[in-house]
Amino acid sequence: MDIRKYDTQGFYDEMFTERGEVRPHYQCLYQRLLELSKEELLRRKAAAEKALVSLGITFNTYQHGNREETVLPFDIIPRIVSAKEWGQLERGLRQRIYALNLFVQDIYAEKKILKDGIIEPELIYSSPGYLKPCEGLRPPRGIWIHICGTDLVRHQDGSFYVLEDNLRVPSGVSYVLENREIMKRTFPEVFERLSVRPVSDYPMRLRSLLHYLSGQDNSNVVVLTPGIYNSAYFEHSFLAQQMGVELVVNTDLIVHDGEVKARTTRGLKKVDVIYRRTDDTFLDPLVFRPDSLLGIPGIFEVYRRGKVALANALGTGIADDKVIYAYVPKIIRYYLNEEPIIPNVETYVCVNEKECQYVLDNIEKLVVKSANMAGGYGMLIGPHSSQAECEKFKELIRKNPRNYIAQPVISLSRIPTITEESFEGRHVDLRPFVLYGEDIYVMPGGLTRVALRKGSLVVNSSQGGGSKDTWVPAETYAK
Amino acid sequence: MLSRVANSIYWMTRYVERAENYARLMHVNFNVMLDALPGLKQQWEPLVDTTGDREIFLNLYGHFSRDNVIKFMTFDVRNRNSILSCLETARENARSIRENISTELWEHINEFYLFVKGIFQSNQWPFIDLISFFNAVRKNSHMFFGIMEGTLSHSESWHFARTGLFLERSDKTARILDMKYYILLPSVQEVGMSLDLLQWNAILKSASAHEMFYKKYRQLTPLNIADFLILDREFPRAIYYCVRQAREHVGRISGSHTWDRYTNDAEKKIGTLCSELEYRSIQEIFSAGLHEYLDHIQRELNLCDDAIYETFFAAKEY
Repeated sequence: MDIRKYDTQGFYDEMFTERGEVRPHYQCLYQRLLELSKEELLRRKAAAEKALVSLGITFNTYQHGNREETVLPFDIIPRIVSAKEWGQLERGLRQRIYALNLFVQDIYAEKKILKDGIIEPELIYSSPGYLKPCEGLRPPRGIWIHICGTDLVRHQDGSFYVLEDNLRVPSGVSYVLENREIMKRTFPEVFERLSVRPVSDYPMRLRSLLHYLSGQDNSNVVVLTPGIYNSAYFEHSFLAQQMGVELVVNTDLIVHDGEVKARTTRGLKKVDVIYRRTDDTFLDPLVFRPDSLLGIPGIFEVYRRGKVALANALGTGIADDKVIYAYVPKIIRYYLNEEPIIPNVETYVCVNEKECQYVLDNIEKLVVKSANMAGGYGMLIGPHSSQAECEKFKELIRKNPRNYIAQPVISLSRIPTITEESFEGRHVDLRPFVLYGEDIYVMPGGLTRVALRKGSLVVNSSQGGGSKDTWVPAETYAK
Repeated sequence: MLSRVANSIYWMTRYVERAENYARLMHVNFNVMLDALPGLKQQWEPLVDTTGDREIFLNLYGHFSRDNVIKFMTFDVRNRNSILSCLETARENARSIRENISTELWEHINEFYLFVKGIFQSNQWPFIDLISFFNAVRKNSHMFFGIMEGTLSHSESWHFARTGLFLERSDKTARILDMKYYILLPSVQEVGMSLDLLQWNAILKSASAHEMFYKKYRQLTPLNIADFLILDREFPRAIYYCVRQAREHVGRISGSHTWDRYTNDAEKKIGTLCSELEYRSIQEIFSAGLHEYLDHIQRELNLCDDAIYETFFAAKEY
């Protein structure tokens, strides 16, 4: 196991330049990897994995109807983003959440962007993310998108692009926090020398944000989870614990006297703010899906009348519809009169006839995504797919063009990752987390997801993905 | 606190305590077997009878062999009271209220469960040193309650945890003591003889009461043992001691003082049982029949549990 034998195989590599030189911000880590023996590295890797099992940091997967608790695979080689590059990303993410929030506010109120012809109204009204009951709603402090996890990728050209915005209930931040704790034990030497910027204040920032929404200091804040069988249950519980607030399931809550209340051992207690991890349309069976067993009947009306705050607000899904995604650069220009700082990946919207034709003609070169599926489901990677699969997707697109977009294949940068015997390059993306409350906070770093299967481009945990800690060194660091 | 959370904490400790007591029962049975006179038939049946799961056992296994009983009581997840099942439930309860307990406590119950599950899954359990294994279960349980004492705020949730612990323990002490009723002696003549005493001695050990008993009594007699395990005011596994603790905790939960009248059904039920034990003498218990009395106690404990459920956990209409 020798980092000197590592081969970038022509991909853009996070650690090495195309000439095989170590990038300056990785120098310190590289030196350390040279010093450590194979046994020591594997020992640290095993210790990290054991810690994950003991801590019970698991997510649920379902196979053949059986629930399995799985540990998200973790690689101990951190991903480092230089301070300079991070500064750029941070500005770009602020700009994006700010503009998207204005957009959601506009859509459910004046609709100026539709009237000015920037986006065809039909695209909005046909989106499952658009919720008619939210029309005219004005959430507390005018903020809709409180917590956002934006997926970034680095292309062969070395630049970052936004791949998608997750504006409903983005998950993964607990892995960032736990990975960091483990990495402090795994590479304490490097960690210290780089003065990596901390992420551990995230739960406290989230908590202040939630209190800010209620406008009072002694407000009762809770985290609402769909329950222990939800795949992200660990995270829900973790965040509640870290924030020191109660974790509730829907049956703990009840609408009573025009307020949301929790059932306690001493009767009912009013709830002021809910960080909800249940999807929008499951929240209130009286307004949205009547078949939802995860909802609290009547909560929407309480919300509408401003008697309870929800984070994120309901209806934000309109802004992370994959078709609307294609319009985000226009949205940024329209509301802020600025150029997007982080570009979008070039996107063909199938609802546009000309673009649709291009997609149908070039499907084997493109990635096709369903507009409203997440987790790596409902997508086609043209170059890795058979003729039959391509034909199947063509048919799907022709039947329902509104539901599909296509993008060129983004190669995704790679980074050395420990495999059984050696360091091998694996593809990664990056999901930073942004909080929008009294001000906008961008967590330095975020979740680096890594496609652990050799050659794979899919980083989702449901499809063989793992994670890495992401380090952003402070501005001045020791060389 | 949330009713659901209180409910989970209460059952979390109950199940850990139950696992510990099953390990005690198994351990003591091994001791009795090893001490038994040569040629005496091994007895595994009383163990199952003690737990009250006889019917389930017979349905699953048909006959009482050593391995069947060990598997049933230790690893069989079809028996929801087996050690593995108890730990699985305790862990699941802990998982559902993880934000309410300390990381240390969660990690411990998680590792405890994975340890027992690991032994079962290795398929090595019929060949391992089971005595050490049961000891390890007991120690892990002690550690669990130690971590709980040292890392959980002694507030409402802790009172619920302790209530669960003490109700479970008093029930199990009653059952451990009742085990003697089910163990067969070879002949009537053996009653009162050394084998009989040996078994009584094993019962004491089962309840970790051996040393503490001899500090108080000089003579190992059934009357003394029952007196100690039922009515002692200081021994932490004695039924009376446990019920009094539970009453104390339920009182704190209800916010009432010792001189107040009870404020809810849970307090009433546990208070009544506590008073009964307080004024009972062991002679009275023996003349009514020890087995019958222990049965009665177990039924009353069940009613206490029902009252706690109704008072604090049940979803009410508003």
